[in-house]
Amino acid sequence: MANVFAFAESRGGALRRVAFEAVSAARALADASGGGEVHALLAGAPGIASLAPELGKYGADVVIVVEHPGLANANAEALAATAAERIRAGGYRAAIFSASAQGRDLAPRVAAKLGVSMAADVTSFELAGDALVVRHPAYAGKVIATLRLTGSPAIVTLRPGARAAVEAPRAARVENAQPASDPAASKVVVKEMIAGGGAKLDIGDAPVIVSGGRGLKSADNFRLVEDLAAAFGNAAVGATRAVTDDGWRPHSDQIGQTGRQVSPELYVACGISGAIQHIAGMRNSRTIVAINKDKEAPIFKVADYGIVGDVIEILPVLTAAVKEARAKG
Amino acid sequence: MQDFFDIDSALSEEERAVRASVRQFVDERIIPVIGDCYIEGRFPKEIIPGLAELGVFGANLPEEYGCAGLNNVSYGLIMQELERGDSGIRSFASVQGALVMYPIFTFGSEEQKKHYLPKMAAGEIIGCFGLTEPDYGSNPSGMITMAKEQADGSWVLNGAKMWITNGSQAKVAIVWAKTNGDKSDKSIRGFIVPTDTPGFTAKDQKGKLSLRASDTSELVFQDVHLPKDAILPKSGGIKSPLMCLTQARYGISWGVIGAAMACYEESLAYSTSRVMFDKPIGGFQLQQQRLAIMLTEIVKAQLVSLHLGRLKDAGKLTPQQVSLAKRNNCDMATDIAREARRLLGANGILAEYASMRHMANLESVYTYEGTHDIHTLILGQAVTGLSAFN
Amino acid sequence: MKIAVCIKRVPDMETRFKIAASGTAVDESGLKYDMSDFDGYAVETALQLNEKQGPGETVVISLGPDVVQEQLRKALSMGADRAVQLKADKVPADGLAIARALAAELQGGGYDLILFGRQAVDSANATVGPMTAELLGLPCATAVSTLEIANGRATARRDLEGAAEIVEFPLPAVVSVDEGMPRARYPSLKGIMAAKKKPLEVKPAQLGAEHIAIEKMELPPERAAGRIVGEGTAAVPELVRLLHTEAKVL
Repeated sequence: MANVFAFAESRGGALRRVAFEAVSAARALADASGGGEVHALLAGAPGIASLAPELGKYGADVVIVVEHPGLANANAEALAATAAERIRAGGYRAAIFSASAQGRDLAPRVAAKLGVSMAADVTSFELAGDALVVRHPAYAGKVIATLRLTGSPAIVTLRPGARAAVEAPRAARVENAQPASDPAASKVVVKEMIAGGGAKLDIGDAPVIVSGGRGLKSADNFRLVEDLAAAFGNAAVGATRAVTDDGWRPHSDQIGQTGRQVSPELYVACGISGAIQHIAGMRNSRTIVAINKDKEAPIFKVADYGIVGDVIEILPVLTAAVKEARAKG
Repeated sequence: MQDFFDIDSALSEEERAVRASVRQFVDERIIPVIGDCYIEGRFPKEIIPGLAELGVFGANLPEEYGCAGLNNVSYGLIMQELERGDSGIRSFASVQGALVMYPIFTFGSEEQKKHYLPKMAAGEIIGCFGLTEPDYGSNPSGMITMAKEQADGSWVLNGAKMWITNGSQAKVAIVWAKTNGDKSDKSIRGFIVPTDTPGFTAKDQKGKLSLRASDTSELVFQDVHLPKDAILPKSGGIKSPLMCLTQARYGISWGVIGAAMACYEESLAYSTSRVMFDKPIGGFQLQQQRLAIMLTEIVKAQLVSLHLGRLKDAGKLTPQQVSLAKRNNCDMATDIAREARRLLGANGILAEYASMRHMANLESVYTYEGTHDIHTLILGQAVTGLSAFN
Repeated sequence: MKIAVCIKRVPDMETRFKIAASGTAVDESGLKYDMSDFDGYAVETALQLNEKQGPGETVVISLGPDVVQEQLRKALSMGADRAVQLKADKVPADGLAIARALAAELQGGGYDLILFGRQAVDSANATVGPMTAELLGLPCATAVSTLEIANGRATARRDLEGAAEIVEFPLPAVVSVDEGMPRARYPSLKGIMAAKKKPLEVKPAQLGAEHIAIEKMELPPERAAGRIVGEGTAAVPELVRLLHTEAKVL
């Protein structure tokens, strides 16, 4: 029987979905190892404690609450010190973080502080004796690696969206704790937070992504992509490297081998030829639609459904059709 | 293109690094614009500083003159990668390096070398090579351009040259002329002619259907006065310009491989995605035969040029060996381009695909720097000892 | 500034990979190798910083067998001043072991800035940079898309999901770079020649114990073949119908 630690990521005083994914994964691991406890670390500005019951819903037995004004913005140094101290003291079998931007920044520091190895961006894990065996997409998603992590605690970052957060309610009891280092003494300071320019929904979270490439011919035509995304209601807008290089869209919208890797329910590729570099970022989408005027474009090889034609003509018609279909319910 | 015969294992790390750098430059700066340049009939002058910074001009000449000091295999790989983009771009570099910088390096005085070579390597002075005349192409020995020495040692040049790459944008022309009324080719000398000298005119030849992304000009010399230090002191006889041609032909034997590779890669990619009669056309025997022949000819040509480069670096190269390579490689490349064009079907006539542009360009490359037929006779004479030239 | 850049040799990601007979590695036959993309941005960043801010030194470090010297020489031909190979038979799967070896080399080197790519495009873990920073006890900013340095302080932008942070920190520091940072210049031909004369030191890598082993490498399942629904705007109704009834995403 072993306890499992989970890091509950929050931003702006609200828990992010990946926090529930981490707790849920910790719950599954604790259950698989004979039913230990899940301890979730919840750190933030004063008042964050009110979110503790939400973590209980996903299986946290204990919520370690660390409140400090210096933790209003992400403070990797203080969070890493706090998490490492707690993990060291708690004798956990494993510590689960999300492989979100913050998690990828935090977990390696914690692992190095503890002098233990960590497995990154895993899509699944299971205990095998004294090892944790994980799966991790590598080589631009073209190869799946199965890795064996020994040593305790096993530190893992979980790919966002790879494991759904599953409710498994526990009466989470709160333990208050202090940050292990003074947040005000951290060397890296967040000077400013900038809300996502225009995009309401991040491409990592959106169930639908509508993405545009060179076939749109100009930055202005991206509004056709935005219109379609709006018609879906729950869609984010992505872009290829070619159009982010040209400055039509910000780099953070780039989907591809050196950009974001996404796996939405539906990916609509508009005016995208399907360079290998781009496909590496979206090949795991559940359903892929492609619109391109070139019948030979490589994108049609990965698409489930394709329309051959001028994306500029087709998008408005598709947008209207999607609006109508959704209105009908 | 897949390295089917592991020819890379016969290249040094430095040679592969040179190839990779030029390839990246061509992919990023030339390929995106060259189709339009070809249709518009213009040479993309805006890439000259980039090419110079890369170090492409006179790349096999010594570092002491501002050049990269690369070996001849590296030089060949540079030509290959440039021509993978377009023969017109490679022609520009061939002229600048092998036909302008090389003669100054080989036949020039130390002052001329120090004055011109670093600036030419930096792309600040562009040159052209004036050998061919309207009535004297395959037979340069018959040229009529004449330079007369004056009492004070200066020269007066009269005549005309034709089919001169870079002619209209060049700041200097390396002009080959007979001297002092002597009509034999022994009197031929080389002159560095600044193109702003009164009496010198250059005019672009219009209506080309090949090498459209390249400037091809006529040069006319009407009583062009040249100072005595304009002559290339060590030049003498037809042998001098022919030595320059040997340099250029060597580079061309590599260059055309690049064009062939571009056509092969385009056809291969097309054949695996274009579907007809329910399967990719690459699965049909006739297309596979095309691809197999292309692959084989490219591999053979690579090995010919690679060995030629090693001979050149060892100082053992003969002009006849270069003729064999230029003749074979241009021939195979023109065939590959045409077959690629055919494999592409109707799409193959569009400028959006490179093969027909390469096909048209390669007709010029087949013809210039010694036509295919002339190289045939050079080889014939080399093996039989008998001249079939006249 | 004295800047160290840690780089990794990776295969060309455009390749259609095969699994080696051992089942625990990718088949290396015929693979072309280069510097990992983000590492190239890191080298470029270092070169540009030193070009802008006056004389400095850019040192590139790579861990692995002798073949990694090719990537070190590429960095030298881009303009880096000297290179260090931390020699190991192979690059471990355990990022902590790599970080330990790098930290041992970087410790006491007097570096103002240590740069990494956000992640290696082959192993895709993004762990070595921040782990190395932690072992060196240096401030660290990961996945930056802009970086400005003035008077011994750095300002950087980090993209998060749906937002971005502007962070500030003092040097010396460790930074990993992401898209938005300048692309790697291609080496000039003179640079390639000059690289041969620049110092490249080989030292043994002090890896220590490794706790991650590769059990298996496999190809992901192929997607089922899709189909072209139709041409032009006329195909839209059919597409919408399929998305609703078949794919059930609408």
